[in-house]
Amino acid sequence: MSLISDLFSIAAIGAGVFFFLAGTVGLLRFPDALSRLHALTKADNLGLGLVVLGLLPLSDSLLAALKLVAIWALVQLAGATAAQLVGRAVRRKGSAA
Amino acid sequence: MSVLQALDIGLALLAFAVAAWTIFARGAFAATVGYVVYGLLLSLVWIRLFAVDVALTEAAIGSGVTGILLISAAARLRGGETAGDEKSLSGAARLFTAVLCALVALALAGVVLLLPDQGPSLAPQSMQHLPETGLGNPVTAVLIAYRSFDTMLEKVVLVLAVVGVWSLAADRYWGGAPGEARAERPEPTLAFLAQVLAPLGILVGVHIFWVGADEPGGAFQGGAILAAMWMIVMMARLTEAPQTNAFWLRLTLVAGPVVFLTAGVAGAIFAGGFFAYPPGFAKSIILFIETFMVLSIAVTLPMLVAGPPRREPRQ
Repeated sequence: MSLISDLFSIAAIGAGVFFFLAGTVGLLRFPDALSRLHALTKADNLGLGLVVLGLLPLSDSLLAALKLVAIWALVQLAGATAAQLVGRAVRRKGSAA
Repeated sequence: MSVLQALDIGLALLAFAVAAWTIFARGAFAATVGYVVYGLLLSLVWIRLFAVDVALTEAAIGSGVTGILLISAAARLRGGETAGDEKSLSGAARLFTAVLCALVALALAGVVLLLPDQGPSLAPQSMQHLPETGLGNPVTAVLIAYRSFDTMLEKVVLVLAVVGVWSLAADRYWGGAPGEARAERPEPTLAFLAQVLAPLGILVGVHIFWVGADEPGGAFQGGAILAAMWMIVMMARLTEAPQTNAFWLRLTLVAGPVVFLTAGVAGAIFAGGFFAYPPGFAKSIILFIETFMVLSIAVTLPMLVAGPPRREPRQ
């Protein structure tokens, strides 16, 4: 049982790390601000989500697990808001130029 | 070398790299962003040093509040920032500054390297007397019991900082409200964030303050989170900053230090020493003081960020 949950954790965290890596590469390589933003939100969203998913079986208690999920949800909220604000600023700047 | 050691070295190198980038960044805004990232990395370093209380404070105050102060300063300077500012220092002055900074860094590095393996420590005494305070977190015991006078004076410094910021106002604005008025139609994205986040953040802030008695956390960290929630609501322009001549505002600003000092004087009368707490009541008194400190911090930090009054006071 513990072997299965360990394998699940490794797979999920590994996948999460992959999304973080892909998001970072996108942030560095994509040509304009909006597509870089697109790459970055994948790291926040899927990357952190998968890492949290992988950490869930390792948490000590139900409360700790709920805290992990709450952290993911809060990062989602902050990330989505920041992305919206940056996107809006980019569009405003683009129309002014 | 274990995996953790490799991670620690990587973290240290990353912190150094971000610090260097902050120094060499061209624009004020970029340097500020670098500084915030540096603060967040430092809080990870503190966690690796098993100083979770310091990590929380570094993230909340060092990175969060200082970051927002610097960002607003950078935004205000943006209009005047030109390429000419870069040349304002002559080559010799720059060299002198660099040499001085390098000397300070070398001296600090030397001190750290020369530290004895087993440094002088008050940790055993601190843990030994912990039961007398009724607390479970030795850091809170140091802040509010063993070294309470220092902590009280820190709060006084914060109040003085607010007085200093307010003093920058023009005479006709004295007593008026800082910042912008409440918007008829606030920016929808930010307003949504403020409306969803603020209730949660208030809960988290109170929780962090409350668990500070026994676990990492405390008045400063909890108060900083509460302060951040008020800042977000003000930034979304769902509400406006209060008039700086409002009685409740001034009362809340000084409540923390006043209650703290009163408790200290009461200790001199009833418990036989300035800032002594009577045995058995220590924990209740400490939490009572901390409650007012949380309130003061939660009001002080947003007032620092809001800046000097910029509108004429309403009668």
